[in-house]
Amino acid sequence: MTNLISVNNLQKSYGEASALRGISFDVSVSELTVIIGPSGCGKSTLLRCLNGLELFDSGSVRIGEHELKMNGASHHHLPAHLNAQLRHLREDVGMVFQSFNLFPHLTVLENAVLAPTVVKKLDRKEVEERARTLLAKVGLKDRMDYYPSQLSGGQQQRAAIARALAMSPKVMLYDEPTSALDPSLVGEVLSIMRQLDDEGMTQVVVTHEMKFARDVADKVLVLSEGELIETDSPDVIFTSPRDEQTREFLRRYL
Amino acid sequence: MTRQRDWPQSHRDTERFEKAGSSLRQFAALAAFEFSRGFSTHGKLGFLFLVASATIEFSRRYATRNLFLRYPALKRRAKVSRRSAAKNWPGNSTLERLKTAFTFAALCLCASVAFSFSTQAQDLRWGGDAEGGAPYLLPDPKNPRQTIGFEIDLMNALGKQFKRKSVFVQNQWDGLIPGLQRGSYELAVNGIEITDDRKQQVNFSIPYYVCGEQLSVRASENSINSIADLKGKIVGTLKFSLAHRLLEEAKKEFDGALEIRSYENQNNPYDDLTNGRLQAVLMDWPIAVYYSKPNPKLKFTGSIIGEMQYGIAVRKDDSELLKQVNEALLALVKSGELKAIYEKWGIWNDETDKLFAKLSQPEQKSDALAEFTQTVSAKLTWRERLKRYWGYLPALLFVGAPMTLLISVLGMALAIAFGLALALVNLYAPKPFSWLARAYVEVFRGTPLLIQLYLIFYGLPGLPFGGIRLSPIVAGVVGLGLNYAAYEAENYRAGIQAIPRGQMEAALSLGMTRWQSLRHVIVPQAMRLVIPPVTNDFIALFKDSSIVSVITMVELTKVYGQLAATYYDYIGAGILTAAIYFLMGLPFVRLARWAEARLATDKRVVSSAKKRWLGVGAKPA
Repeated sequence: MTNLISVNNLQKSYGEASALRGISFDVSVSELTVIIGPSGCGKSTLLRCLNGLELFDSGSVRIGEHELKMNGASHHHLPAHLNAQLRHLREDVGMVFQSFNLFPHLTVLENAVLAPTVVKKLDRKEVEERARTLLAKVGLKDRMDYYPSQLSGGQQQRAAIARALAMSPKVMLYDEPTSALDPSLVGEVLSIMRQLDDEGMTQVVVTHEMKFARDVADKVLVLSEGELIETDSPDVIFTSPRDEQTREFLRRYL
Repeated sequence: MTRQRDWPQSHRDTERFEKAGSSLRQFAALAAFEFSRGFSTHGKLGFLFLVASATIEFSRRYATRNLFLRYPALKRRAKVSRRSAAKNWPGNSTLERLKTAFTFAALCLCASVAFSFSTQAQDLRWGGDAEGGAPYLLPDPKNPRQTIGFEIDLMNALGKQFKRKSVFVQNQWDGLIPGLQRGSYELAVNGIEITDDRKQQVNFSIPYYVCGEQLSVRASENSINSIADLKGKIVGTLKFSLAHRLLEEAKKEFDGALEIRSYENQNNPYDDLTNGRLQAVLMDWPIAVYYSKPNPKLKFTGSIIGEMQYGIAVRKDDSELLKQVNEALLALVKSGELKAIYEKWGIWNDETDKLFAKLSQPEQKSDALAEFTQTVSAKLTWRERLKRYWGYLPALLFVGAPMTLLISVLGMALAIAFGLALALVNLYAPKPFSWLARAYVEVFRGTPLLIQLYLIFYGLPGLPFGGIRLSPIVAGVVGLGLNYAAYEAENYRAGIQAIPRGQMEAALSLGMTRWQSLRHVIVPQAMRLVIPPVTNDFIALFKDSSIVSVITMVELTKVYGQLAATYYDYIGAGILTAAIYFLMGLPFVRLARWAEARLATDKRVVSSAKKRWLGVGAKPA
């Protein structure tokens, strides 16, 4: 198997506070990787570094043929070439947010159609066709012309997944996709991710759903205070974790 | 010579209040005038003293007790503060301060009102507009705090005849006769032409000056020698003047082939003649002597046109004063004092010479006196009044309203487009640009619109390399648009900043550029958010558009001014005009509410808002 994502010695700090302290890991094609760890450990920051929503201080991120190195760039001084590089990378990386972040002024269908027509300049009809298929796939066939505010949380998150998929990404990133959901709606979102996993999508998920991690993940990363303390298959992590902090964390969450 | 600082302080304030148009203050001022007429000076002072002590007593006892009843917590605090009050005068507690403020305010009020009455009785108070300009009344160029002019000299001479001190009261020209009737002063003197319309409102003295209209053109112009040559030309003049009426008549004769631009003051038309906006200016001869003759780029052409007589306006019920004024004027004519004043100011002319010769003949004198002292009743029945109001409508609706609407809509379109650009530059452009945008906002909302308009209309043509010469309508739209863009920019900035950060992140993570994200995701949402404040501003701009009348635009308020000045009907025409403004604004308010409901991002609100289409409005999401 080839590595689709390679993260090498990633470091980031906010002023004095260190958020990520030299993180390295790889993700192979069609793997589902779950990142777990206590609140404030840097999981979300790490995930957001993967598509450049967060810039890092040193180290590198490679996704497919896109390699990101910051060389001291910041949000205030973002060189044009890096900006262009980020954009190309993001076309291949879909992201799903905890708070859905659907565009409230557009219908579900328009949400899914916007980026491919604006970014890839694809023919609107074809894009719409594809978006309809994707929305049907996530179970929103009869909700396509609704506005986000008219949907339940679970439906909104499924729409957000379809919106990301409409760009035909190679990788999907999820930042706590079910944390804002009513417990009864969590299942419908997880099952979409499971379905995508079966179809061979490469996914990286930050989540507190331990059952999902145990059942579906190919690999689990455990983060604590900006450090990657353990990386292994879920079987190992959930049955015989080596690290004391991992054990402590799992005791509280299981 | 009368000095401005001789005016009683409170009177100047009163004038200012009226200009500000605040109805409450106006009411207070009116009340003060009524009060001042009704009692003797001593009675007033005594009464004021009573009011003052009562106010102080009230503030000390009743107000505080009442406060205690409502807010028991205050009493506890007051007890504490009373103990410390001796140490910390005037007191640390809110209550102590409140008391002090009450007392102080009451004392100030009484003092200022009392002062205004104390100087009034023996002076000969007369109203004029120092903005009127040379040679009538103008701020002394050497000492702008002092007003000079041949009318000041005239009134000082008149005052001497009366053995009363002549006191000049500043009042806007349009409002001179209403001010007279309201009792702000006893006489109105400021190049007021004796006309039949005005004679219905006030009595006029015998004329003190006669002159006609003078045509001015650019020095290179040779084809214009009389009004007949003005066909198809653009001609400037002063509003509400004889010249304006002569031009209106000529326009009718030419079947409308004459564009009249009417100005508020006398130097602007000559500026515009010099810089080419106008092809001729028709103006009262004394004004032309002062503002056109000294300009080497302009010249007089043709002979004096028409004739008008200036008179001193006196209230109808003041027939004794009218008699005195006429006698005094005649004395000044006979003694040659008046002629000397006119010669000093360089405006002695044949017409006045003839008038004075006529006045000096004894048999003419009595005729003139008889003519001008007879009072003409101006009472109208309500039927006639309604008919007159009906007659106002065509001018208001078909001349004023469309122009107001056009300027407001175009101005707002410019403000919205430019304001949005400013907000985006402010928020997202590199530092020097965003600083510029911010500076623009501060400057344009921090300086008066009126001055901006003057700069755009009269200032830009003076720039090097020929300057920029905008037509009045373009200047009006640009002026309003640029000014309101500053406000819109802040609206949009607030709207954009109110969009959650996740929206931009979601858009970026889909591969959109920052610009694409703004264009497709952020701005459309911000636009919906700012509909209420933008509607607010549109209504404000709609009313502010009246200010473009200063750059010769004839819009709703200008038409109102013309009607009101012609018929001396400020109330009826005013209510009618205000109603037209209000009714014209309503559809836009409705449109905005509809758009707000239609575009609401929270669609659940839509259905309820739609139901309330005829109700109060959309519920906030």
